[in-house]
Parts: sequence; structure tokens; C-alpha cells
Amino acid sequence: MSHPGTPVQTPPSDPPRPPRARGEDTRPTAGTASGDRNPGIPLDLEWIRRMQVNRSAVERRAGQFGARRSLKKEWQAAWLLRAITLMDLTTLSGDDTASNVRRLAAKARTPLRRDLVEGLGVDALPIRTAAVCVYHHWVETAVEALAGSGIPVAAVSTGFPHGLSPMPQKLGEIRASVEAGAEEIDIVITRANVLTGDWVALYDEVRRYREACGDAHLKTILATGELSTLTHVARASAVCMMAGADFIKTSTGKEGVNATLPVGLVMARSIRGYLERTGHEVGFKPAGGIRTAKDALVWMTLMKEELGNGWLDPHRFRFGASSLLSDIERQLEHHLTGRYSAGHRHPMA
Amino acid sequence: MPDIAEIFQSLEYGPAPESTGPAERWLDAHDRRFGLFVGGRWADPTPAAGADSPERFETRNPATGEVLAEIAQGSEADVRRAVEAAEAALEGWTALGGHGRGRVLYALARGIQKHARLFAVLESLDNGKPIRESRDLDIPLVARHFYHHAGWAALVQREFPDREPHGVVGQIIPWNFPLLMLAWKVAPALACGNTVVLKPAEFTPLTALLFADLCVEAGVPEGVVNIVTGDGRTGAALAGHPGVRKVAFTGSTEVGRILRKQTAGTGKALTLELGGKSPFLVYEDADLDSVVEGVVDAIWFNQGEVCCAGSRILVQEGVAEALVTKLRARMETLRLGDPLDKGIDMGAVVDPTQLERIRELVEAGRAEGAEIWQPSDNGMPTRGSYYPPTLCTGVEPAGTLAQVEIFGPVVVLMTFRTHAESVELANNTRYGLAASVWTENLNLALDVAPKIEAGTVWINCTNMFDAASGFGGVRESGYGREGGREGLVAYLRPRGPKDDPAEGDATASHCPRTRVEFRPGIGGPSASRGLDRTPKLYIGGKQARPDGGGSLLVVGEDAVAATGEGSEPGERGLRGVVGQGNRKDIRNAVEAARKAFPGWSGATAHLRAQVLFYVAENLSARGREFEERLREGAGLSAEAAALEVERSVERLFTWAALADKVDGRVHATPGRNVTLAMVEPVGVIGIAAADAYPLLGLVSTVAPAIALGNTVVVLPSGSFPLAATDLYQVLDTSDLPGGVVNVVTGEREELVPVLADHDDVDALWSFGSAAEAREVEVRSVGNLKRCWTDGVAPGGGDALARNWGSAAWGEGEIFVEQATRVKNIWVPYGA
Repeated sequence: MSHPGTPVQTPPSDPPRPPRARGEDTRPTAGTASGDRNPGIPLDLEWIRRMQVNRSAVERRAGQFGARRSLKKEWQAAWLLRAITLMDLTTLSGDDTASNVRRLAAKARTPLRRDLVEGLGVDALPIRTAAVCVYHHWVETAVEALAGSGIPVAAVSTGFPHGLSPMPQKLGEIRASVEAGAEEIDIVITRANVLTGDWVALYDEVRRYREACGDAHLKTILATGELSTLTHVARASAVCMMAGADFIKTSTGKEGVNATLPVGLVMARSIRGYLERTGHEVGFKPAGGIRTAKDALVWMTLMKEELGNGWLDPHRFRFGASSLLSDIERQLEHHLTGRYSAGHRHPMA
Repeated sequence: MPDIAEIFQSLEYGPAPESTGPAERWLDAHDRRFGLFVGGRWADPTPAAGADSPERFETRNPATGEVLAEIAQGSEADVRRAVEAAEAALEGWTALGGHGRGRVLYALARGIQKHARLFAVLESLDNGKPIRESRDLDIPLVARHFYHHAGWAALVQREFPDREPHGVVGQIIPWNFPLLMLAWKVAPALACGNTVVLKPAEFTPLTALLFADLCVEAGVPEGVVNIVTGDGRTGAALAGHPGVRKVAFTGSTEVGRILRKQTAGTGKALTLELGGKSPFLVYEDADLDSVVEGVVDAIWFNQGEVCCAGSRILVQEGVAEALVTKLRARMETLRLGDPLDKGIDMGAVVDPTQLERIRELVEAGRAEGAEIWQPSDNGMPTRGSYYPPTLCTGVEPAGTLAQVEIFGPVVVLMTFRTHAESVELANNTRYGLAASVWTENLNLALDVAPKIEAGTVWINCTNMFDAASGFGGVRESGYGREGGREGLVAYLRPRGPKDDPAEGDATASHCPRTRVEFRPGIGGPSASRGLDRTPKLYIGGKQARPDGGGSLLVVGEDAVAATGEGSEPGERGLRGVVGQGNRKDIRNAVEAARKAFPGWSGATAHLRAQVLFYVAENLSARGREFEERLREGAGLSAEAAALEVERSVERLFTWAALADKVDGRVHATPGRNVTLAMVEPVGVIGIAAADAYPLLGLVSTVAPAIALGNTVVVLPSGSFPLAATDLYQVLDTSDLPGGVVNVVTGEREELVPVLADHDDVDALWSFGSAAEAREVEVRSVGNLKRCWTDGVAPGGGDALARNWGSAAWGEGEIFVEQATRVKNIWVPYGA
């Protein structure tokens, strides 16, 4: 650990916790402020450099999740309901205004039509999305619209999506969003630090974001579509976790290639490796390109298989999604009625 | 059943059953009672000799024990009818031509796809394998195999102009991949123009019977495909039928041996794809998470009932503990259950008898001190033949679990220290079917792959198959390849008469007028008035006196005829003396050949070519002397003697030329990978040379063998061995490393069996009589060495003598095939 490249910031030295047993169920708990956070560990360059990812093998395994597991009937419906609760309902458009942000917040509170909730017999379950995700500009609007719901607001930050603004501005942006009421901050890493193998710079960068977040949870967006190799994805994931990320996230949704299953598998395995070594649980958020109920089920299968039910909990898993919900609504209606549904039958976000 | 709110919390997967409706309806349509498919129609079985009524047996669903259908036990008479139907169909099938046969195979491929789900469900019902595997792996590969060979049908004539089909082919397939093994057998056989009698395994006959229905639908001409169900007796009757010209078998090594013995000396071609105990090598720089999934695909695929299952994990010490931890965690998430459930990883073992065998072997391992680890809860059903995934550690190479093919979901894990030791451990087995190598270091992977004794090596992957890539084993995993160009040649044989005098002169003029005799006592005449010459044996690059210390006389037949049998040949009849080698000399020669093999096979092809050119040069320089020896010693005509020497030099040139040009292929398999079809030498080859052509026959066999990297033990012409003993002096002066060619003279009847028995001889070429061929093939079962028995005709009996003078029969592709084996190395890539 006493590598010459040891970063300027040293993390708090929390004692590691024993890893959670596989398959042990972890129920969703209310609010994002509870639960133990990943304090990070000193940068371990030796570990980073030894990480190996075989792309072909990863792709083969990634291709199996949809084929090896199948969810039918009640099981499918229950999993889709769970998918809703794992969603960071997102709008990140240049033409966002207060009205569509408020609409999104309303959808987050009531993602399903009342009759569907009753029909499925889940009135007692807290069926609402995990968070609402917006640009800093709309944080206050969203916080207001979600008041009393317990749904946190997440803000994309640090010069999203490219992450190339000056560091003081990036840190300032985080602080401003936290001040405006954001409880979760989705930062973007500097891809150049990964592509050039400057792990010290990456670690340092993320630690500073973490500090700026304070109590807000930090999600580090790797923009995997721009990282060139899966080995880079694995190493960048590990560095971000070492630097104290609460979540690692695939994409901004703005890259050419967004969340893919092979990338998701590599990141999930990185989380497992970090857990095995440190005892700290880090969350995972695939974002971009997850549009269908089927996609959501395959992603959830990946998480259950690789990390267990604990990662089908909003504390450790989120979908970054904008259009996924409407497909899930249609599938759930189909489950109830046996008829294929139409988009216009469900309230828009 | 839990409600949605409960599942929302538990996040269980729940059942996802595939409907068995269509399969049940198909069974009902046949009244759940099947006959045999002979001559294009269903036929009732006939009683076995001495029985009143035909025998039947039941095929069951191993997941439930329920009877699926009654199956006919094909009798000898049924087999006879089927072979006759196949014989009758040959002419029409041949007349159809490559394109016509291709259309039929294409229709079969389309038919498989049209009925894919029915085939998949039926397969899982009968075999117990997960529907996911039959649906996503078996059936698509079956279709791919028929498509691929529909193409070959159209190309065979162009690609193999000097070959023809065998005729009727008898095929016996196993129960682990019932329809896929059918496809691997039937598609290439039909593409090459053969007709087929196929016996499916008695545990799993149903998809073969459904395939019979498909043959009718696809318009396969009557009699071209015949399906005869039954147990081992039916298989024996099929392999033993004289009308069957080629036997292809996939199954246990034990049955492979029985078939080798049964078909010995009959002239039937034989390919065997047998058992394995395939190594799964994990190096410290591997992607361990991917390795874990590799193990899942290696040993928990098809319940581990896979001949090429990676059942021996060999892991580098430094990462062994981490791998075991990861594997155990992964095993906890494997789901066992109803094979028809789309969400399970492992189904049922094929039959209670197989389940019992697995249990016994694991218990034997436990008793020997192995640590047996199984997941705590895998949802394993209480009813049906299920066995949980099992990881065995604390196993030494000598342990039962490390040695025996378990054919179940049981894997052993052992460690190694160095790369060299990993290869040694990998090869420390009688088998040689496949291997899997996991490392991110390409240098290491490509160093290890060629060193592993196996027909297939998968780099960072496992159990990858494709119709364009040959699959098959070495050692006791059998011989022959299925799939790819290398697989086609098993269904073809050389065309035309072997003694064709079109080139060179008639075979008869190259028979030495001499023979080798043993005469007890001392006092025989000297062969020459000059300085005494005593040829010795040539072993390990040294001239060695025979272990027995005795000699044999080479005598002229005319002299024998003149003076009468049993009398002294007289000075005029004696042509020379050779050493009388015995079994110990064979032992020494094989040891020398084995010792020389790594160096010679590892030498550059350029170097081997240079040596062969040099042998040619030196033989040419002494050409007159050799001619004289053949004339005056062997009694050949001047023309024949001259031709032998001239052609021998030419042949050496041919093989020197080819030494660095036989260089494998890259197969066009699907996906992002290269499949390297690497041509390797066979190893140590025993050669019992032809009696005729005492020089050319020898040179024509030794030259290809050594040109392509093998080392050889040669028994020269039984009637005139002196050409060989002269030749070793030429070899000695041509920079040929010691042990590459070893010459043992002696009584052939004594020496051939020793070579055939020898477990360190990888192949044996016999150019003697049909009786010798039989002897060789019967004795080859010890280590299942590859046999090339040239002396027996396709229908049995002595073959025509090979015209070694002709280019068509004295050299060519057949020699390359016999002197090499193809190893397919799968290298997926991508960063």
C-alpha cells in the first residue's frame, strides 16, 4: 500500500466489515441516507494492475443471463414491480423545463395506475421509483415536487456529460447541487485518466468529488463506451471504489455505446472483488439504452446471479432510465388483463 | 404458490416450464411404440434367433422415471435387412451426384430448423438435459452441421477427386448428445456419398426416430438412412455385418476396444471418438471470474455427461485458493431441476445406472481422502436421477477421481507449480480428447496448446464446437475427426486399384526372389568371399547387435527351389545375413524413437527437409551399389532395380519438399475467434514395410513419416531386409539424428505383435498380409494406437499389392493424413 503513487488524499480508515453472505436477503430500507457507506481505501496500484478481463469469456457469460433464467407470470410481474423501485427516473435534455420535471416527479411518486396496483395486489408495497435524476438547474424544482415523498433527487454533475470543466467549477457544481437539496450526485470521471492509465489522478479526482458531496451519495459515471477496453472498465471501477464511490455507473446516456451487459458484468464482478477484499458494499447503476421490461429483467438476473439479492435493492442497484417505465407499465397491464397494452393508456412522465 | 407481494420481497425465479405438448403428440401419433426405420419406411422388428417374438425395451424420462415409449430391439435379421436396404440405395444415391445429395442435406437442415422446438423438447425429455441446452446448443449445432455438409456434398468431388465413398456405413452413437451425434455421423457420411445404418443409444433413441420421420419429409431416398434401435447386441451385429464397409463409433473407450477387435482384419474402416479426462488449465494471470464460468461450461454442461468435459482443473498454486472460493460461491447459484424448465442449469442424469456409477466413484474418491464439496441447497428434486455439482479437492494424480472418466457433474482440482509441470500433469492421462487453457498471456497460451496431447484445445473458452472444425481425440480417446475437412476423409477411401501399373511397372516384378530363414547351428556358408559384412540393427543412431545374439539368413528362392526345402542353401543361394531382432530390440527401438521424438518433432520443418534432401543426395551417390544389391541380392530385374533406386531418390525429394509445406488451416468457425487446425506428427510410428519393393516401399513410408516430424521403428521387407540395412548407412551419413529411424530386422511374425502391443507406439502401419493386419488391429486395443493396415482389402482378404512405383499410390495425401493428426486450437480474441 506504500506505493510511491499514493495519493494526496488519504481516506478515513474505517475497519472493514465482513462480506455479506451470498443469497442473504437485504430488504430495501427507507431513504438513501441510511446504511453504511463505502469509505474507500488507499489506492492499491498493484491490485489494479493485476486485474484481468477476458472479453470473449465475459461476452459469453453476459449472453447467458437472458437464456439461463426465465421469469414467467407472477414472478415476472413481481420482478417488474421491483424494477420500478430500482429506477432513477431521469430527464437530461437540453429542452427540459419546470413542467416536464414536475411531471417526472409526479410519475416517480405514482409510477403505476391505481387500478394496476390494486389488481396486482400490491397496495401495501412502496411502489415508487428510487430517485429522480436531473441536471443541477432543475434540482430545486424536483426537490419541491417530491417533497414529502421520501424520493431523493439525484443531480448529474462535474461538467456532465464530458467532465472536462475546470476542477473548481466541478467541485462547486457538486456543492451547489447538494445545497439545492440533491441527495445523490452522479459525477463523470475524466476518461483521459483511464485511457492513459493515470490511476493516481483518477483516484484523486474522485476523492475530491466524494469530499465535496458530504453526506450526499456519490455515483461515479465511467462512460464505459469511451474507455476502449473491458480491462479499463474493471480498473476504473476499482479505482472509483477505492476512492469512495457509493455507486459505480456505466454511462451518461450520451456516449455512442451505453450500458451493455458485458460492461455490466465486469462492473458487477469488480464490485464483488472489492467487497471480498474490503467488506464494503458498492452499488451499481447501468444507464442508457435500457428501454424494455425484458432488458430490465436480464439486468436484474445479472445482479442476482453475480451479487445476490442484496443488489436488487435501491441501495445497491439503480437503473438509469427514462423510457423503461412505460414498457413495464404495459407489461404489467398485460399480466393483469391478458391483453397487450398500449402506451397511451398509461399516464406519461 | 406465493403471491406477487411475496415474490417482490423474495425475488425468487419461479418455474418456467416448456410445453411438452407437441412432443407428447408425436409420441402418441406413433402409439408410443416404435419399429425400425429401414428402406425409407417403418418396419416391425423381427425376433432374434431362437425367440418367438421380437424384443422391446422402454425408454424413460430420467427426470421422472416415466416411460416415454417402447423401443424395438433390432435383431441380427433386422440389421441385415437395414444393411441390405442401404446397399440397395447406394447406386441411386451415387447417381444423384454431389449437387443432388447436397439438396437432400439442405432439406434436412431446413427440416431441423422447422421442427427445432419439437426436437429440443423430445431430446430433453429422453435425455434429461436442460431445455436451454437442447434448444440453444444441440439443435442449432445439428442444423449447422447439415447446412455445412450440404455444402460439402457439392464440393467433395472437386476437393477429393482421387477418393470415393466407402459404401454402407455403420454408425453407433451415444446418449449424451443423441441428435447432435447423429448429425455428426450422418451428415458427412451422406455428403461423401455413403449410405447409412445408424444405431442410436438405447437410453435415448427418440430424436433419431423423429429424424427418421424427417428423412421421409425431406425426401431422403429410401434406404439412404436407416435407423435400427437396440442395445449393444444390435451394435455388435451392425459392426459385424460384412456389408458394412466403415464403422464410426462415439462412446466409451471400453466399447471402442470391443469394436476395434471385432472389426480387426475385416478391411472395415474405423473411427472412434471415445472417453476423456480433459485438463482445464488455469494460470495465475487468468481472468478468474471468467475461469469460474468456464468451469461451469466445462463440467456442469449437460450434467457433466460430456466426453470432452473439462473434468481435471489444474490451477497454478498462487491462485488456487481464490479459485476454489469463487467456484464454491458460484456452485451455490447453480439451479438443478426439471430439464423442461427454462431457468435451470442442470437437469437429470440420463439413467439411474449412470447415477449409481457417479455416486460410487465419488464415494471411492472420498474413501481415498478427497475433499468432496457440494452446494448447500440447489433445489435438487427428490424424485428422478439427479446428482449435484461436485468439486473435489485434495486429490492426487493417482486418485480414482483424477484418473477415471466419471461422466457426471464432478470435477477435481489439483495445483501445479510451473508451466512445464502444468503440461506434464495435463498429459498425465491415457486420454487425449480436449483441453482448456486459461491465461491472458498469448505467449503462454500458444506455447502450451501445442504441447498438450489432445485433439482440441480451447484457449479461454471450453466446449466450443462447429461443423467447420474437426473434433476427435488422440491416445485412448480414439482416432479420426468429425467435422471440417479433416472429418470428411473418414468417409472417403482412395479410388481405383492399388496395383495400377499405369505408372511405374507391374508390382510383381518388384517381389524379391529371396526369403529370410533361421538356421540353427554354425557352419553355414559365407555369403561373400570378400571381407565379412554383418548388418546389425539400427537403434538410436547406432548399429546394435541383436539382443538375442543370433542371425538370420537371407536366401535366394531359386536356390531353395534347386536344392529342396530344408536343405542347406549352398554358397550360391546365400545373399546375406541379418540380425535376428527380438522383443527387447523392439523395446529398445521404441525407447530410442520416443527419446528422439521431442527433438525431431520440435525441429524446424526446414531442418527436416534438409536432412531428407541430404539422404536423397547420399542415396543417389550410392545408387549403383543399391541397384546391384537389388539385382544380385533380391533378384530383381535391372529395370526394376533401377526404378526402385531412382524413385526412392525422387520420393525423398517429394517429402523433403513437403516437409515445410504441410501447414494446417484456419477454420472459418462462427464468432470472433480463430480456429487453428494445426497439423501435428502422430508420434512414434511402427512401420512393417511391404515385402515387395524392398527399397522403395521402405523409403516411401519412412520418408513421409519423418518428414512430418514422427520418429519410426521399421521392420523392413520380410523377404529382402538387406536393402534396409544398407540404407541405414546412408541415413547415418546424412545428419539424421539418432533414434529418428530405427531398423529392426528379424522374424516378422515375432516382431509385429510386439510393436502392435507396445503402449508407447502411437501408430502402426502394416503393409503385410490380411492376417498381419488382423493381428495388428486386434493387438492395437491396448493403447488404441492408430492402425494403417494396407494389406487387407475393403471387403476383407488380402489386398492387391500397392504399386509403390506410381505417384498415385507411392505418395500423396493419404500418407500425410496417416503421418499427422489435426489439433484444433480455438482462440477467441478481443480486448
